[in-house]
Amino acid sequence: MNWIDICSVTDIPLRGARFVKTAVGCVAVFRTDNNEVFATSDRCPHKGGPLSEGIVHGKAVTCPLHNWVFSLETGKAQGADVGQIATFATQIIEDRVLLDTSELTTGVAAE
Amino acid sequence: MTPKLIIIGAGMAAGRALEHLFEAAPDAYEITLFNAEPRGTYNRIMLSPVLSGDKTFDEIVTHTAEWYEENGINTRFGEKVVGIDRAAQTVTSDSGDVLPYDKLIIATGSTPFIIPLPGHDLDGVIAYRDLEDTNAMISLGEIPDAKAVVIGGGLLGLEAAAGLALRGVDVTVVHIMGHLMERQLDEAAGYLLRKTLVDKGITVKCSANSKEILGEDSKVKALLLDDGTELPCDLLVMAVGIRPSVALAAEAGLATGRGIHVDDQMVTSDANILSLGECVEHNGDVFGLVAPIFDQAKVIAKTLVGGDAAFVNKDVATKLKVTGCDLFSAGDFAEGEGREDIVYRDPARGVYKRLVIEENRIVGAVMYGDTADGNWFFGLIKDREDISKMRDTLIFGPAFQGGSPLDPMAAVAALPADAEICGCNGVCKGQIEDAIGNGATTLEDIKVTTKASASCGTCTGLVEQVLAVTLGDDFVVPAAKSVCGCTDLTHEDVRRLIKSKELKSQPEVWQELSWSTPNGCHVCRPAINYYLLADWPLEYQDDAQSRFVNERNHANIQKDGTYSVVPRMWGGITTSSELRAIANAADKFDVPTVKVTGGQRIDLLGVKKEDLPAIWFDLNQAGLVSGHAYSKGLRTVKTCVGSDHCRFGTQDSTGLGVKLEKHLWGSWTPHKLKLGVSGCPRNCAEATCKDIGVVCVDSGYEISVAGAAGMEVKETELLCKVATEEEAIEVISAMTQIYRENAKYLDRIFKWVAKVGLDWVKEQVVDDLENRKALAERFEVSQSVYRTDPWAEHASGKAETYQPVANLSLEAAE
Repeated sequence: MNWIDICSVTDIPLRGARFVKTAVGCVAVFRTDNNEVFATSDRCPHKGGPLSEGIVHGKAVTCPLHNWVFSLETGKAQGADVGQIATFATQIIEDRVLLDTSELTTGVAAE
Repeated sequence: MTPKLIIIGAGMAAGRALEHLFEAAPDAYEITLFNAEPRGTYNRIMLSPVLSGDKTFDEIVTHTAEWYEENGINTRFGEKVVGIDRAAQTVTSDSGDVLPYDKLIIATGSTPFIIPLPGHDLDGVIAYRDLEDTNAMISLGEIPDAKAVVIGGGLLGLEAAAGLALRGVDVTVVHIMGHLMERQLDEAAGYLLRKTLVDKGITVKCSANSKEILGEDSKVKALLLDDGTELPCDLLVMAVGIRPSVALAAEAGLATGRGIHVDDQMVTSDANILSLGECVEHNGDVFGLVAPIFDQAKVIAKTLVGGDAAFVNKDVATKLKVTGCDLFSAGDFAEGEGREDIVYRDPARGVYKRLVIEENRIVGAVMYGDTADGNWFFGLIKDREDISKMRDTLIFGPAFQGGSPLDPMAAVAALPADAEICGCNGVCKGQIEDAIGNGATTLEDIKVTTKASASCGTCTGLVEQVLAVTLGDDFVVPAAKSVCGCTDLTHEDVRRLIKSKELKSQPEVWQELSWSTPNGCHVCRPAINYYLLADWPLEYQDDAQSRFVNERNHANIQKDGTYSVVPRMWGGITTSSELRAIANAADKFDVPTVKVTGGQRIDLLGVKKEDLPAIWFDLNQAGLVSGHAYSKGLRTVKTCVGSDHCRFGTQDSTGLGVKLEKHLWGSWTPHKLKLGVSGCPRNCAEATCKDIGVVCVDSGYEISVAGAAGMEVKETELLCKVATEEEAIEVISAMTQIYRENAKYLDRIFKWVAKVGLDWVKEQVVDDLENRKALAERFEVSQSVYRTDPWAEHASGKAETYQPVANLSLEAAE
């Protein structure tokens, strides 16, 4: 695990998202109704829609381009759509959001 | 001397007759009122709510002891009349008293029919007729593990069973017919009803013949059926029907048939004896409903004071309800020649609807599971309305009426398999047919398997038609669509409830309206957010996280994730300095495409999200503001050059367009709102295919609404003609506001007007001047909040939210 402090919980709107730039593409960081924070790939596997612009409901997000719905916990597409987005571990320590970047930097480290 | 009037029976008929008598002539008679029940008049129909615990007995008493005293009535409650001596004009009560009368009213009502089974006289065998019966059932509920059997699966029996079950009693209903309420329901609806009752823990036995009531120590112990089944019970309720109580009258030698014969004046075969209520027979009819009996009460009061009135038995429709069941039944169901049925079923939802039609009129309606339209059908039955014009969609209720009649099915059936149905997701008819072949039967199935109609939803109707054409009778268009999977309520329900319950936040809506999801979904959230801000402009705080990306970011997202930026050009008018600022912005932010839009302005396409606040800031410096090209709100007011330059122009159409746009901009509406103002009937601004269009003429302004020029093309319809610009602006404000307050989210004006009817809109906006003014004022209240430039606000206060919350690519590179 490689925890990096990315922002405060309140930097992410309630039932909303922000995005983080990384060397391997953008990561979407979501804050649910219950103040849980989830991180996934920001790219919808369907047509590349930015998931951080989707509507967050329950523990799911709807892609703004064609309404694919993904579970924030598993990264699996819901309903009849078949697809998977990468998920990344997060934790909240005293209102700060930490993101596990071990899988986000491997690409760079390997270079 | 005041003549003496004796009334036998203090049921609802007698109670009402007394009221009418006192209205007409309070002191005409010295009145004695006998009642076998030890109490005065109460509303017998309301015994079921008493049984279920929804009401107390006191709440259903219609005539109190005080009332009888004030009106000087000698009450003899709990005392039964056992004989009438017509020659002597006296009655004898069970206490032995003999009282003389000048006029006598027999209002003995009806007697529950008790099947003469062996054991029917055991203790604990009751009917369901009066308060004693009701109390017997209520006290049974207080005994732990009590069991009851109800014989009779009609309305009364089921009310008794439902009430007993609510009181915690283990109930079995025994019904001789094949299904419940066979007089009102067919087998399918009877089945649904049975299912509901079984879900409530009631055991239902149909086609069951009772053989004997078994007892122990002269108390009921069980019911024995023909097939040998023994149903143990502590109480047995017989609810198999009622018979007019004619014994007393028959013994006195009055003419009786099924009931006591009366003439149009409610007089029996003895001129001094009158009768009314469930005990009478009039022209061969007997009565069980209150409406005709209340008519009789009016007539009998008139007759008593020497007035002239005649009872006419009007055909009345009735409606009924079983406690805790979503059941509606009204009118007449008897099958007969010339009668036809319209039936709708949705087994998955447990919905059943049946209309009985005779000579283009509804004579009966039964609904189960979804009774929302019951009262509408009841109205059509009562008013004997001709339904031939709406027959095709009648069963779907009032929401589906009012559109122009057409047959879209033929056109859809004729489409080839490769015809595209869903433009958003590129789904053609063949794919939908394949999905149906693989088992899809509903719109939802099609959405999840093919994505058709899962995006913008405009093809929903088409998809449903493909389903209908392919599945035939197996597919039925849902009667009322709920907002989404989070709720069973329709948009219309939700709008109404937000207003009536004064729900002012989304969590309140989710909680109070029992949302099935914790915080909605991408379908309902934008709709609820809109409804709340439209209804409570000053109280509700717009929730950006319930907005579709375009409205949240105040720009249109493109397929590559970049955005388009469209500054407002009021009425299509711009200046060289504005154009210079646009050109500079295009250069500075590397805008790949600059396009002139159909709304007379300029679109900068391909702007990166991070650059949005900066480009807005630059445009703001030149006086340019958001064009809301991304919103369900006011888009553009398209104009022609008008009288300033055009040799045909009759009015300053450009000027009016600019004024309208400055008045309306920033407002949120159920769907996008586009206007046009043309300076003459040549209509260069194409005003007559806009949501709201103005065509200038010499004498003023013709305002028309409900045009469309998208997936559907439709000319506007004339709303009204006004003489001045001020009036035109007020009418258009009011029109916009009434649309904002009433339409379903994502209905353009033309769709909404098709539902409510242009006549209604005209009444509200054109004819009722006060209402027009009030609407325009409410619009102004809302505009006091929303008539601002979101770009300026975001460029200054929220610019950083457009940036990544962290940039780890730099860190990694270090």
